[in-house]
Amino acid sequence: MIPAIEIKNLYKSFRSGFFLKKQLVLHNLSLQVQQGEAFGFLGPNGAGKTTTIRIINGLSYPDQGEVFIFGKENTNVGVKARVGFLPEEPYFYHHLTGWEFLDFYSQLFGYSRRYRHKRIAFLLELIGLQEYADMQLRKYSRGMLQRIGLAQALINDPQLVILDEPMSSLDPIGRRMVRDIIIDLGKRGKTVFFSSHILSDVEMVCDRVAIIIGGRIISVGKIGELVKEKVDFHEIVLDGISTDKLVPEFEVISHETNRTLIKVEGEEGIQRALTFIKVHKGKVISVNPQKKSLEDIFIDEIRKGGERE
Amino acid sequence: MKVYPIALNTFREAIRDRILYLLLFFALLMIFTSRIASLLTVGEESKIIIDVGLSAISFFGVLMAILIGITLVSREIEKRTIYNILSKPIRRYQFLLGKYAGLLLTILIMDFIMTLGLLLTLYFKSGRFELHLLLAMGLFFCELFIITAFAIFFSTFTTPILSSIFTLAIYAVGHLSWNLLALKERIASFWGKALCFMLYYLLPNLENFNIKNEVVHQLTIGWKTVLLAIGYGISYSVVIILLATLIFQRRDFV
Repeated sequence: MIPAIEIKNLYKSFRSGFFLKKQLVLHNLSLQVQQGEAFGFLGPNGAGKTTTIRIINGLSYPDQGEVFIFGKENTNVGVKARVGFLPEEPYFYHHLTGWEFLDFYSQLFGYSRRYRHKRIAFLLELIGLQEYADMQLRKYSRGMLQRIGLAQALINDPQLVILDEPMSSLDPIGRRMVRDIIIDLGKRGKTVFFSSHILSDVEMVCDRVAIIIGGRIISVGKIGELVKEKVDFHEIVLDGISTDKLVPEFEVISHETNRTLIKVEGEEGIQRALTFIKVHKGKVISVNPQKKSLEDIFIDEIRKGGERE
Repeated sequence: MKVYPIALNTFREAIRDRILYLLLFFALLMIFTSRIASLLTVGEESKIIIDVGLSAISFFGVLMAILIGITLVSREIEKRTIYNILSKPIRRYQFLLGKYAGLLLTILIMDFIMTLGLLLTLYFKSGRFELHLLLAMGLFFCELFIITAFAIFFSTFTTPILSSIFTLAIYAVGHLSWNLLALKERIASFWGKALCFMLYYLLPNLENFNIKNEVVHQLTIGWKTVLLAIGYGISYSVVIILLATLIFQRRDFV
């Protein structure tokens, strides 16, 4: 299947300062997002997420490299009709009402009045702003603006939705709503590409993630795999065996009445502990793999990135 | 027709801008009070009203074109609303054309209101509609074609303040550029002559659209002059908008 987004060897630099010194912000960035997947683009602030997204959307031009959306060049107008985009910290026409705002964008797709009416009503309900349809955007709160921004990104029922930090500036209810919308889009076979520096959001929603640091992709993969690779050890909670017996054999982390927590490493360690507990007529309460969270991996990578530089 | 929604939105944004009404208010105030100035003269009242009125329309019309024109395009870039628009299936030149059309529509309506104010002021004075003023207004509108095109052109690559200064400079230079031809005759050096000649044809000659004296003194104006001025206004604007499109096409929005 043709990838929804294919980025090939992207380089981008900016010139800044008095002497217009060249600063490389994207370094040989390549990435593929398959159709139908929810893809998280993770990175700390200033890593190059927004620059990449702007290049994907044809707002900025790369120094080198190519971007294809559904197999066609990203600047192709026909392809843009299949894409929805919510920029980071979007600003809107404050003079328009919520309805007029959505109507304006839907007109850019050349839809009939009747279809526009139906689609806008549906989207306003989806984001829970139907009561504010006739209010000017200048009176909207930041969260409401983010929501109406999301609605404009979905106005064309896009095959690919690109969201730049969609959950920033949202309260917990707003985040939940955005998360649900992303999950729902996934269920309907849409491709969602979204950037974030908030890991828990990505962890809950995405099939795959790419971690970008300092303009380079550090790792790409399924969250499960990225995390699985990093299982450090297992913790076993047990009962019925005194610590005196356990200490020579295992590392005892804590002991309370009826509960002892031991730490074992690797599959062999688990088997040895389980046999030991059985022999000593103890009871296993739980075996918990202690994985590194995405956040730990993220911080590790940032640290490594810093060391490399 | 993707230009249409952009033009309509531009128009909608412009007419909801308070600064427009402030300028309109002062323009109308000046037109109505020209009656007072006319009392100072004997037998020439209408001429004074027309003179002051046309000057007011010209001054405030240009101010509107510059202030609204520059803020409307720059604001899109500065406030990043342009990111949303350009990610939609629309070409960059369509966006600029939409902006240009929306601005011209706004200015046309404002000019119409100011002209109506002037016609009514004159009607109350002389009891008849001085419809020959419409020709002066029509040509002035052609001048605004060029001024607005420049406002958009500068907005595509520089900041709002610099755009306003540059456009104002073009307005001033445009009304003085005819002097370059006179200067050319007085300069002995070949290169000096060549420079004057080149600048004269490069810079807009906005005096082509100024028929205020003819209108005030009710002199006949040849159709050839009018048609040439209209042709000049349209072609000059097309070139400027084309240049703006070329720059805008390569502009990196970061």
